Amino acid sequence: MKELWQLTAHEANKGLRSRDFSSVELTNSVLERLNSVEPEMNAFITITEETALVQAKEADKRFAAGTATALTGIPMGIKDLIVTKGTRTTAGSQILSEFVPPYNSHVNEKLEQAGTVMVGKTNLDEFAMGSSTEHSAFGATSNPWDTARIPGGSSGGSAAAVSAGACLGALGSDTGGSIRQPAALCGVVGLDPTYGRVSRFGVIAFGSSLDQVGPIGRDVEDVATILDCIGGHDPRDSTSNPEPMPDLRHYLGREVKGLRIGVPTEYFVEGIEPDVKERVEEALLEFERLGCEIDRTLSLPMTKHALAVYYLIAPSEASSNLARYDGIKYGLRDETSNEIWKTVERTRAKGFGEEVKRRIMLGTYALSAGYYDKYYLKAQQVRTLIIQEFNEAFKQYDLLVTPTTPSVAFPKKQKINDPYAMYLNDIYTLPSAVAGLPALSMPCGIAAGLPVGLQIIGNFGEEGKILQAAHAYEQTTGGGNLLASL
Amino acid sequence: MTISKEQVQHLAKLARIEITDSEVRILASQLSDILEHFEALEDVDTKDIAPTAHPAPLRNIMRTDEVEDSLSKEDVLQLAPETEDGLIRVRAVLE
Repeated sequence: MKELWQLTAHEANKGLRSRDFSSVELTNSVLERLNSVEPEMNAFITITEETALVQAKEADKRFAAGTATALTGIPMGIKDLIVTKGTRTTAGSQILSEFVPPYNSHVNEKLEQAGTVMVGKTNLDEFAMGSSTEHSAFGATSNPWDTARIPGGSSGGSAAAVSAGACLGALGSDTGGSIRQPAALCGVVGLDPTYGRVSRFGVIAFGSSLDQVGPIGRDVEDVATILDCIGGHDPRDSTSNPEPMPDLRHYLGREVKGLRIGVPTEYFVEGIEPDVKERVEEALLEFERLGCEIDRTLSLPMTKHALAVYYLIAPSEASSNLARYDGIKYGLRDETSNEIWKTVERTRAKGFGEEVKRRIMLGTYALSAGYYDKYYLKAQQVRTLIIQEFNEAFKQYDLLVTPTTPSVAFPKKQKINDPYAMYLNDIYTLPSAVAGLPALSMPCGIAAGLPVGLQIIGNFGEEGKILQAAHAYEQTTGGGNLLASL
Repeated sequence: MTISKEQVQHLAKLARIEITDSEVRILASQLSDILEHFEALEDVDTKDIAPTAHPAPLRNIMRTDEVEDSLSKEDVLQLAPETEDGLIRVRAVLE
């Protein structure tokens, strides 16, 4: 018999519906697990036990009244970049360490309407800038598969918590790989939706032309269910896609015979660990057995420029977005001077961590007089070329399949002092982010005791097709729900 | 591309972040290293290529200008470090 915290969200939903257990029992099981693993893992910035138990009681009432949804009573973790009314939201930063939002994000409203249970706000790299969750003002998160290693980032707290059983599902955010890379390194499923699919109202801004909120879950069905809940049009975000949201769970269980899968050669070159490559090759054979047409001749030469394009555009946008933290309107204020600019400069010096400062400086440089054309404008033009290259590819293929990361989870502190080496972790997740395309990461086996991630990239707006293929692969390979042994 | 210490100090001024001498040294070296890796972009032919500002197939989202409820003044003011008579108090900008 499984413990309740070991269930997927859809398994838990079945049990709740048939009254095998209550939401309060489920929540207590998850909170007990959370409290036992958290000292080693540090996946949460704030644990919201009281809120969780109130919401669990409400959920049980909804099951009794017959108004429950697929997510009612499901214990969830919310990345601490996502604003939650009345619950401290820090973005992993000193500058917001006491910020209690007076309003709710769109996505949290959606979850509350569905009746989920919030167990806590999850740890992240400060303002979502990082690939290891070591750049958090609240301490690093450990990978539950091996606590000497990083969980990936920036949604490392969300991925670690789902993988360890400290919640059944979570919300993350992805700017250049921040959902998919930690999902890969923690052995869970994460989906970066199409740009505009999920409203960013109430999501603390980093790179506004790239940021998307998305689900992290133990299997493909859970990820589809969470995205079904949070997606859809919201007039409060002017980039929100006005088209009706497709029913994503509808794609699960569909046959994948005849799907055309392109495998771009640029994702298998230098830098990839041999056993990561092997696991991905094995997954491709599995897709072939399922009747997909695999084409290994695809070349996307613009791939190699995505890193420079991303690390010019995202920091530029960040330098502008983070200008609002000035110690005047809200957040931390340095009190050592009465002079306005000293107050602002010292507040920002004290409130921002190293990586955030580095990116603000990089972005300020790329936008500054004399360098704008050379860096920012050039990056925006090459961005167009990357998009055009994907558009051409999707005339021939339904999906693209690649590794999510070049390596498995690496030891803590290994890359913390070498920013460029850290940026290279995102090399496979950046191109689709730059193009605004949906992309999912899911486990495709183990290498040296650590999970390996498979990335499936879809055309604009085609999360359904990604989920269809991911679900078929998951069903033939053991059904998902890997739990870390922590 | 190398970034000098003077350039770092100028950027810090533009970004309104106070930085120490040792931070100046580290940032000059790190930013130079990062930008050197980005030089390859110069080899890409972008003649007549329009820049992409964001990937959404949307432009100029409009709505009718109607008065709506917003957050209450009290809720917002309680977040500010210093307030006076229902306003956010700003430090003197002009001497």
